[in-house]
Amino acid sequence: MYRSHVLVCGGTGCTSSNSQQIIEALEKEIGEQGLSEEIKVVRTGCFGLCALGPIMIVYPEGCFYSRVKVEDIPEIVSEHLLKGRIVTRLLYDETVEQDSIKSLNETAFYKKQVRVALRNCGVINPEEIDEYIAMDGYQALAKCLTEYTPEQVIQIVTDSGLRGRGGGGFPTGRKWSLCAPVKAPQKYVVCNADEGDPGAFMDRSVLEGDPHCIVEAMAIAGYAIGATKGFVYVRAEYPIAVKRLQIAIDEAREYGLLGKNIFNSGFDFDMEIRLGAGAFVCGEETALMTSIEGNRGEPRPRPPYPAVKGLFQSPTVENNVETFANIPQIILRGADWFASMGTEKSKGTKVFALGGKIKHTGLVEIPMGTTLREIVEEIGGGIPGGKKFKAAQTGGPSGGCIPASLIDTKIDYDNLIAMGCMMGSGGLIVMDEDTCMVDIAKFFLEFTVDESCGKCTPCRVGTKRLLEKLDKITKGNGTLEDIDELEELCEYIKANSLCGLGQTAPNPVLSTLRFFRDEYIAHVVDKKCPAGVCKSLLHYEVIPEKCKGCTACARVCPTGAISGVVKQPHSIDVNACIKCGACIEKCRFGAIVKK
Amino acid sequence: MQKKISTLPFRGTAEQEQQLREIIDANKQDPSRLMAVMQQAQDVYGYLPMEVQQMIADGMGVPLEKVYGVATFYAQFALSPKGVYNISVCLGTACYVKGSGDVFNRLSELLGIGADECTEDGKFSLTACRCIGACGLAPVLTVNDEVYGRLTADDVDGILAKYNN
Repeated sequence: MYRSHVLVCGGTGCTSSNSQQIIEALEKEIGEQGLSEEIKVVRTGCFGLCALGPIMIVYPEGCFYSRVKVEDIPEIVSEHLLKGRIVTRLLYDETVEQDSIKSLNETAFYKKQVRVALRNCGVINPEEIDEYIAMDGYQALAKCLTEYTPEQVIQIVTDSGLRGRGGGGFPTGRKWSLCAPVKAPQKYVVCNADEGDPGAFMDRSVLEGDPHCIVEAMAIAGYAIGATKGFVYVRAEYPIAVKRLQIAIDEAREYGLLGKNIFNSGFDFDMEIRLGAGAFVCGEETALMTSIEGNRGEPRPRPPYPAVKGLFQSPTVENNVETFANIPQIILRGADWFASMGTEKSKGTKVFALGGKIKHTGLVEIPMGTTLREIVEEIGGGIPGGKKFKAAQTGGPSGGCIPASLIDTKIDYDNLIAMGCMMGSGGLIVMDEDTCMVDIAKFFLEFTVDESCGKCTPCRVGTKRLLEKLDKITKGNGTLEDIDELEELCEYIKANSLCGLGQTAPNPVLSTLRFFRDEYIAHVVDKKCPAGVCKSLLHYEVIPEKCKGCTACARVCPTGAISGVVKQPHSIDVNACIKCGACIEKCRFGAIVKK
Repeated sequence: MQKKISTLPFRGTAEQEQQLREIIDANKQDPSRLMAVMQQAQDVYGYLPMEVQQMIADGMGVPLEKVYGVATFYAQFALSPKGVYNISVCLGTACYVKGSGDVFNRLSELLGIGADECTEDGKFSLTACRCIGACGLAPVLTVNDEVYGRLTADDVDGILAKYNN
């Protein structure tokens, strides 16, 4: 028995801010103080509040230390762990209330969260199968194999209303039931862990924090559809996830939870990891299968659907990581429990990766139907620097923007589609008034142009043409006809592309055109960028009334574009100015503005 | 995206070739493992020069065009060598809106190289990467495995100086 447990986040976010060194320092210090028998250090998966990393929680008190540094360790050990005096200055400020400490679950960030897919992340040591088993791990698999027929398993998943969490939102039970009756000598279960949306990292967090739940869920899917082999396709950019998943697979094999005759039921299932190599299109179902087969990851036309002819031409069910992460809980707690959360057509919870201009960047899991306002203002803690919320972008390069006017929309699959957005994998990037919507559309198009695999013309050529038009507009050379042509081209690409990448690539343009058309018009007609982002449309000016003539700007200007006499208002030569912004940063009087 | 193909001469050693042979032998029974072989080969050589692609093609029993096709399709496969210090700037959405573009441009200016290029002395190479998932630390860059977060363009000089000694 240990009298105290110290949980340190070992997810990628915190590892990047040195949590590994913190664990080492902690273990060393605990050893030196002779506390090794009393205190256990556990490296867990992601807690979600990445902005405050590296994160450490000490139990039984539940003290939440944030932004811990290696230098803080001796103090934490000698004060808190040895003498029981909490190091208040390192506590996350929202957990401190006058003299008492609030539980983490009562803070704004965690209060509205309901953790299903992330339930074990930040709670268990992902590299120990026994910890997973202690949290009811592999019980769902046992229940399926010993109590339910495959048809019953599919029925439970169907009744739960679970929909694919990777983007499209296709009902998971239906996907399984399409594949189950197909007769074939070999079928496959594939886990799509090729998380490509920039800004989304929930799949990585699940794999890093709770890899066994994916192993368990894939075995359940295998049983349900009659497959004996599984593949997990993970991005090679996720080394920690790959390592922990491999450990989980090896442990499960050792315990007889993978392999032949699992739980003496006669059911065989085994799985292996395949690494992606950095192609966004491989997140598309058929492209991913082509890639596992060792080819260029190009999508295939449908039909035939993967349920009939998928991986290696065999019937295949492919689900995303977060989808799988829900399965064991649905089996254990029942379809009704899961269906009691969420909205009419979107059941359960969804994990969002909050990023961009928001105070609490990180991972949150909330019931479907939570409003954007709750997500941004309450959970996310609002926008830093007192700036105004302008829009939230969901669905990454396939999605769109939700403008401030629709901030009270309940977020679920269908409401997002109705707004021209997409759930996508759940990236949610918050933008403030300093973000130019035309520039954002251009940014996403640059991404899709880069990632278009080139197989079909509408996507390969069409997205390139879209980008050229956007570039023209942001440079101030656009015309009103360009805007009309943009729209026409978008519709054409959507209608004619082969796979999801091309079919959704125009969404960022269409959605910004829909809600922020005035910004496009400002770029085209007034030749102005209202947010002050598009460099070609900006110029810098000195406000003479505010300028004290201190010469700081003139000294810092790299091109010598600023001139003036000491103690007299200065001026900027717009032809020499390269718009680097150095003068604005230097000016202490707010006398320089960009227009 | 077009890949930069290196014109530097191939400097593979006998030891590296031995390692590559072992990788191929361990995987050649399953042709779908071609990508895994190429990933491990890149770990050995640092990139995939034509000579290595030819060895993989011969060993796995597939045409060179297929190996080349896979190598040029995926962003992870490099056809030109990396510097001793590979600097990778995240241009994912979260980092981008927080100004990682400026960080990248500053590096490019200081090193005199563009994306996917290596300095002549082989010391630094520069790449633009997609989200590495450390969005809470945006904007982020990595130098080999070292991560630098919450950056501004002004931090770049200091970071380079650290590796220039």
